[in-house]
Amino acid sequence: MTQYSWPDPALRPLLGKRIDRVDGPSKSSGRAKYTYDYNPQGLLAGKILRCPYAHAKITSLDTSAAEKLPGVKAIEVIQGPGTEIFWAGDEIVGVAAVDESTCEDAIRAIKVEYEVLPHFVSDAEPPKNIATDTGPISKDEFEDMLDNQVPDEQVVAHIQHNGISFKPTEKDLASYKGEGADSSILTALQKAKFVAAESKPKSPYKKTAVKTTGSPDKAFASAAAVSEGLYGASCIVHSCLETHGSATEWPGDKEMVVHISTQNVSGIAAQLAEPLSVPAGNINVLQQNVGGGFGSKFSVDRWDVTTARLSQKAGGKPVKNMLDRKAEFEVAGMRPSAFARVKLAADKNGKLVAWESRSWGTGGIGGGGTPPLPYIFEVPNQRSQNTAISTNQGSARAWRAPNHPQAAVITMGAIEDLAARLKMDPYDMMLANMDIAGPRAQTYREEFAIADQLMDWKKNWHQRGDTTPGNIKRGMGLSIHTWGGRGHNSTQDFIINPDGSVVIKLGTQDLGTGCLTIISIVAADTLGLPLDAVKVMYGNNHYPQSGGSGGSTTSGGVTSSTRRGAINARDALFAKVAPSLNAQPEDLEVRAGRVQVKGDTSRSLSWKEACARMGAVPLTVRGQNPDKNEPPDLTNSGVGGVQMADVSVDTETGIVRINKMVAVQDCGLVVNVKTAESQVYGALIMGISYALYEEKILDPVTGRVLNPNLEFYRLAGLSDIGELKVHMMTGKGYDERGVIGLSEPPVVSPGAAISNAVANAIGVRVPFLPLTPDRVLEALEQGGANASL
Amino acid sequence: MKDDNARKPEATSGVSRRDFMKISAVTAALPVVLGPNLVHAAGEDVPIQGPGKVTVTLNVNGKKLTATLEPRVTLLDALRGPLDITGAKRVCDRGTCGACTVLLDDKPVYACSILAIDAQEAKITTIEALGDADKLSPVMQAFVEHDAQQCGFCTPGFIVATTAFLKQHPKPTADDIRHGLNGNFCRCGTYNGIRAVALLQQGGKQS
Repeated sequence: MTQYSWPDPALRPLLGKRIDRVDGPSKSSGRAKYTYDYNPQGLLAGKILRCPYAHAKITSLDTSAAEKLPGVKAIEVIQGPGTEIFWAGDEIVGVAAVDESTCEDAIRAIKVEYEVLPHFVSDAEPPKNIATDTGPISKDEFEDMLDNQVPDEQVVAHIQHNGISFKPTEKDLASYKGEGADSSILTALQKAKFVAAESKPKSPYKKTAVKTTGSPDKAFASAAAVSEGLYGASCIVHSCLETHGSATEWPGDKEMVVHISTQNVSGIAAQLAEPLSVPAGNINVLQQNVGGGFGSKFSVDRWDVTTARLSQKAGGKPVKNMLDRKAEFEVAGMRPSAFARVKLAADKNGKLVAWESRSWGTGGIGGGGTPPLPYIFEVPNQRSQNTAISTNQGSARAWRAPNHPQAAVITMGAIEDLAARLKMDPYDMMLANMDIAGPRAQTYREEFAIADQLMDWKKNWHQRGDTTPGNIKRGMGLSIHTWGGRGHNSTQDFIINPDGSVVIKLGTQDLGTGCLTIISIVAADTLGLPLDAVKVMYGNNHYPQSGGSGGSTTSGGVTSSTRRGAINARDALFAKVAPSLNAQPEDLEVRAGRVQVKGDTSRSLSWKEACARMGAVPLTVRGQNPDKNEPPDLTNSGVGGVQMADVSVDTETGIVRINKMVAVQDCGLVVNVKTAESQVYGALIMGISYALYEEKILDPVTGRVLNPNLEFYRLAGLSDIGELKVHMMTGKGYDERGVIGLSEPPVVSPGAAISNAVANAIGVRVPFLPLTPDRVLEALEQGGANASL
Repeated sequence: MKDDNARKPEATSGVSRRDFMKISAVTAALPVVLGPNLVHAAGEDVPIQGPGKVTVTLNVNGKKLTATLEPRVTLLDALRGPLDITGAKRVCDRGTCGACTVLLDDKPVYACSILAIDAQEAKITTIEALGDADKLSPVMQAFVEHDAQQCGFCTPGFIVATTAFLKQHPKPTADDIRHGLNGNFCRCGTYNGIRAVALLQQGGKQS
């Protein structure tokens, strides 16, 4: 049986080094092609007419004038008269025409009448004693919970408590399972009581049951210090620079090619097959590069199905339909908001003894995610309850580390406030609670020490409230985070050609994480070849299936399947060439471009010579992660990270500036230090952006997004980031755990660390992210108490 | 970007709304493709583009390229569509993010905020003319070495902007960089690498 493992640290010519990303030159030269760039001869433009109301019923629809416009090639009604619309921007009609100008004219010529219905878009704190919705869960609501990655046990409790208003078919259950729903949820669905949907208007508020462990009241009563506060983070939008969309053509009646901007190349065809009644095997999904996803691009969207239908109606000609920026803000996903009133208590040594939280937030019409509270620290006595608010806006989608950044802001904020009450350094308070910090406690301890050195925390930290004169106040804050990140299912063909060239084929994608580069590194490292000897073919669903890139699962998945595939290929090659070296296959090794007998370099072949001995037929083997028949897989789960922020706050203007941020991060075995660090730098910057600037603002009067563009929805720019320091944990204790994904964890803590730094600087808590000047000034005026949304 | 006096369309100022309505009525019946019309308005002959498609000739990367398009089409959409030069990206489509940055007479501009018909007199340079994947320009090379790119969608615009910036500021200070490269957005968060490119590539000093 083959022994699969990562190579000995002394025998890693490429693994763990700093290597330029292999697709760097194509991207830097502007030659890299994205879905948005797909531009074949005869390409038709597609556009969507969207509903201008947050809640309405379509009463009439007339496309006749648009159909007569010269240049219009196809019109597809997506939602017709009688349909109730639940958020502004929802799709009504699709149009394909010779160019975008003609599409715009056609959309203007379509007449739609609506009956406007009352809408609700506020995610302010639920009023006390409000009626909450105890009605059954609809199919949409259930699927929203799955999309929002609501924790399994809460979904189960919800189903058991409220019942369901739909009857899940075997097909539904199989599809939920395919999307990764836990078996406990599927069982709960099967056993759920069926309750007919209520016709009375639904309350937008859905409360979970109160969750209690230990004796919180007793623990609060006997605690040395109790802190109460308000914390949270507003709705933000993924803002992928390449908007969602696809280009579809039909080379044959039942044969379809789709270029799509996706995080999930291998998973798209099955989602298109059903609505279009085409066998999935007849659908070719292609994508070379993707301009950002961040969790929002796993699924086929309704507009993609429309694009395919428009193409069909236009005689199979290619139709490209990418969302405009406004639609991207309205319908293509967001991160749910989460807010909480928290009461936290500690003994005189700073040991946490009791937690109480009442949290709320919205993720659109389906309610919203539930942050795991308290985050990381298993406080012995707890009481918590969450209220999900259903609002008339496009639904939330997974956003890098779903629910964790919100949970960190709420929990780490409460800890910082409690530490301030005890006049304790939060660094010491966190370390004093490592016994309840879960399985990564030792990692945090090591990381705290390194972060302290990089930030000079112990030297520079001061008690809450910068007492130096002047209006610029400086402060420091910190936060810790965790994530799973085990590698997903990944299969690949690993091919060695008789001329010595190496090809890997797999249906994965590179979101800019450096996925292609780490695949190349692992393959070349295993075979003792230079990096450019390996060609990775990806972005095509006709290649072996590899999982969607979400939840930091790709790095572990593709490196494990590549290492295993490379070992299989190497051993198959050894078997072919061993006789000519008068050796047994198991006595051979590859080193620096040669196949040789271990310890006897005189008996060797160059890589090319060895491959030539295979004859004319390429050697093709499979690499697979995981493989239950031949364990172990080479990935693992569970990482820890510590981050610190140093900020300046102008108490006259309320403007917060970042002076410096430090991130110390573990992700098991680091395959490429360079791209790994880039991920963490990027996460810090994205974190600065959501901590200080980003907020999807809904107009309570019209129910529409007020800032669906990049000038009023502000992203951090190059001048906003301050000094950044990243340290990756490597070596003993980390390397031997195997490869673990890195995309989510470092984006969890920046908001919490920055919020805490601001509190440390100005002496009061600014409750909610983003920490905009108005919120900072309001908190200063109110002395931190009772700040409102 | 502020200096936009060079290619103001001469037509718009001298035509009254009534004149415009008359023009629309007349031209609607004419063939689809038209050059500029001369319209007598406010006592003089004024050239008018459209309505309907017009022939546009653009000087892109040293080549004269012609396309037939509506006068409302931006330079960016003309490049990316009919001319199939796709390095410049459409992201915000309203002059905020810089992903569509090209050089117009060697000055960086947002191609989404200029009409193609107004760019006809200018020398247009896109990312494609600055280097190629197997022949990277020094700035492109530095972006690769400093890993100043992730998904890569903002990268061409950033490289055009950085190239123009470094030409103007061969030895930039950190402050120059903060001001000079703040007109482009990146969502993946590659600013740390881009800052390093600007600082180290040209031997500038941190300040």
